[in-house]
Amino acid sequence: MRLDDLRAVIRTAHDSGTALRLRGGGSKDFYGGMLAGEVFDVAAYRGIVAYEPSELYITARCGTPLAEIEAVLAEQGQMLAFEPPHFGAATIGGCVAAGLAGPRRQQAGAVRDFVLGAKLIDGTGQVLDFGGQVMKNVAGYDVSRLLAGSLGTLGLIAQLTLKVLPRPVAEATLCFALDEAEAIARLNAWGGQPLPVSGSFWAAGQLFLRLSGARAAVDAACTRLGGEKLEAAGAFWLAVREQTHPAFTGQLLWRLALPSTTVPLAIDGLRAVEWGGGLRWYAGDVSPAVLREVAQRAGGHAVLYRAPESQRCLEGAFAPLSPALLGVHRRLKNIFDPQGILNPGRLYAEL
Amino acid sequence: METAETSFLTDRAGLAARLGAILPAHCLLLDEEELRPYECDGLTAYRELPMAVCLPENENQVIAILSTCHQLGVPVVARGAGTGLSGGAMPHAQGVVLSLARFNKILRLDPLARLASVQPGVRNLAVSEAAAPHGLYYAPDPSSQIACTLGGNVAENSGGVHCLKYGLTVHNILRLRVVSIEGEVFEIGSEAPDAPGYDLLALLIGSEGMLGVVTEVTVKLVPRPELAQVVMASFDEVGKAGEAVAAIIAAGIIPAGLEMMDQPATAAVEPYVKAGYDLEAAAILLCESDGTPEEVAEEIARVRAVLMAAGAREIRVSQSEAERLRFWAGRKAAFPAIGRISPDYYCMDGTIPRKRLAEMLAAIVGMEAKYGLRCANVFHAGDGNLHPLIMYDAAQPGEWARAEAFGAEILELSVRLGGSITGEHGVGIEKINQMCVQYKSPELQAFHRIKAAFDEKGLLNPGKAVPSLHRCAEYGQMHVHHGALKFPELERF
Repeated sequence: MRLDDLRAVIRTAHDSGTALRLRGGGSKDFYGGMLAGEVFDVAAYRGIVAYEPSELYITARCGTPLAEIEAVLAEQGQMLAFEPPHFGAATIGGCVAAGLAGPRRQQAGAVRDFVLGAKLIDGTGQVLDFGGQVMKNVAGYDVSRLLAGSLGTLGLIAQLTLKVLPRPVAEATLCFALDEAEAIARLNAWGGQPLPVSGSFWAAGQLFLRLSGARAAVDAACTRLGGEKLEAAGAFWLAVREQTHPAFTGQLLWRLALPSTTVPLAIDGLRAVEWGGGLRWYAGDVSPAVLREVAQRAGGHAVLYRAPESQRCLEGAFAPLSPALLGVHRRLKNIFDPQGILNPGRLYAEL
Repeated sequence: METAETSFLTDRAGLAARLGAILPAHCLLLDEEELRPYECDGLTAYRELPMAVCLPENENQVIAILSTCHQLGVPVVARGAGTGLSGGAMPHAQGVVLSLARFNKILRLDPLARLASVQPGVRNLAVSEAAAPHGLYYAPDPSSQIACTLGGNVAENSGGVHCLKYGLTVHNILRLRVVSIEGEVFEIGSEAPDAPGYDLLALLIGSEGMLGVVTEVTVKLVPRPELAQVVMASFDEVGKAGEAVAAIIAAGIIPAGLEMMDQPATAAVEPYVKAGYDLEAAAILLCESDGTPEEVAEEIARVRAVLMAAGAREIRVSQSEAERLRFWAGRKAAFPAIGRISPDYYCMDGTIPRKRLAEMLAAIVGMEAKYGLRCANVFHAGDGNLHPLIMYDAAQPGEWARAEAFGAEILELSVRLGGSITGEHGVGIEKINQMCVQYKSPELQAFHRIKAAFDEKGLLNPGKAVPSLHRCAEYGQMHVHHGALKFPELERF
């Protein structure tokens, strides 16, 4: 598959007004709003285009599996620091389009923080190049970062350049028996100290804290913090990243993003706390209106993360935008996809 | 000078009357002598006198000023401390300067949540000073941090010497409150992660005052490392220093700062700052390590080994905080030091892949001969961001034009080497022509449409940051690259 083939499909769809549902590995069909349009499978547009370990970047076509990229990076002792979930066959294009990061998110940054450049095919079939390979580049608006989390609604992200980082030399995981409130307080207090924290996960009265960095720094932090050392920590964090940990089971899962210091919410169904208190998972039969309102009042927002598609369409997967912001979204969508053929309704029904 | 770009014709008396109805007398400047200090920013070679300067004291006044200018079709240029180096805050002759200087309050500092909400006129360093008692600081530290404001940092996506490890402004902002040109207020980002919808923070940060006026900034604060130490290494050849930079990164080390200065730069700085630089060396590297004492000791040992292997002729490690600050003092004083040995200097801001450093430096030596001007080089070497300082004398006829051409050639070479025309200073008015080299017309058109999505009439900072396609067509006619004519779809005139 060549870039021109991708362009041709989008151009044809544009001319005939046919909606397309962009698809990489198909691992995140559960995520977002409506799944509309003819499936346009771009997994065959794959391969690493450039990788320069000493320049800290990798460029790959959108269909390249995350597993392939991470294997190549690991050979050079490097990684995607935002620790994205694979959910099976995730591709780099889908990973950036969804903008979902893993346990290292709070310390290392979000997906968008690592996007350096992107080749975009817009909704008219035009190829646009934004950003580049260098870490610092303030020429022009930063469209490549804007694409992270846009769920394919602004165009097909055909190729990406991402910043990569060295893997930490040492890693250890500590475990503490704490209730939710204590865990949240403790995580925020630690967050203000120069500790090499690289991930946190609380569920069912147990807080797991991952430390990464220089050997000496990790050892010193372990001594200082106490707790119990978790063996086989690699498998544990993999289960958190991939959401195969039992805390994530169930038909209905809500993802609440909150200011990390938010005290425990007066809502039933809490399953897990991540990202130093900034991310909290709720499951079961919780009223969407109540959840959304509570999250908003706390200064955050709620995502209907896993639910039947019909319910995601009905409730909206993401928290509604203010009229002013929705206006900006509509105008941006119109720039890149004037016919509205790319992933319509996947982010918001209005886009 | 400008063709086919929007032109404005403002009724001075009418504008003054409308602004006078919004602002108290001490918030509005209209006389030429009062306007004069605002005619340029840190790039003094470009000057323009605005029709009025507004110094609002609250958001309602900002809203009223913007909606009035929107109604009257008057250009608005927002301004922080005016320390920018690309002419981004240069006024428009038919417009208003909107100074946020009086928006200078830290509204909230939450040490537990590690964040601060500040007004845009708060100085960068003031945030770190306020956070210091809690063991926290705001990471981006542009060298003008004692004067530059957060609002300006947001507009330019400012970097600094520590952004290799701690990121740029875009990585350290949580939320912005913005007033649109129509006077509508909206908030983007949030104190919670991953705000819903498009990542408008990424779009607004670095947008050079083209999309909206920021009235509140929420920044992330990070714990101050327990210890920082800097290694200073000197090299016989600039190329070896460049290779040492790549070798440090390749060894899996992300230093807190990694800076390089060439001999002309150290020679200018040393008599002024007495930092103890090796003046025999062709180039020196400063490599900072921070973290816990154990971490720093481990990293410094690794850095030292890499530098030895890369052929360093001398290596010194700061033994006290005073010595660390002295090593840095020379780097941070590089610009004023050049100002002491040359009547004027012109600072460039290209970014290139690290491995092309030696190539770029050799090319700059060639350009010094070509343009008959000297150039000292300081780099944020770790992220490939160059600051060549071209020395000239504005009083000598023709020297500024040569300096400008010299600078343009460096920027265009940066693009050819796989980099960018600006790493952290912004395009402003200064690099508007080089944007035509970095981007093709579809991308520039997309930028114009993004601008229009926020500012349909094109009133916010007109003529900056993104060139018109006609300007590029004219510039492309002067500079045909690789035999290919850019913007072939446009008429030439």
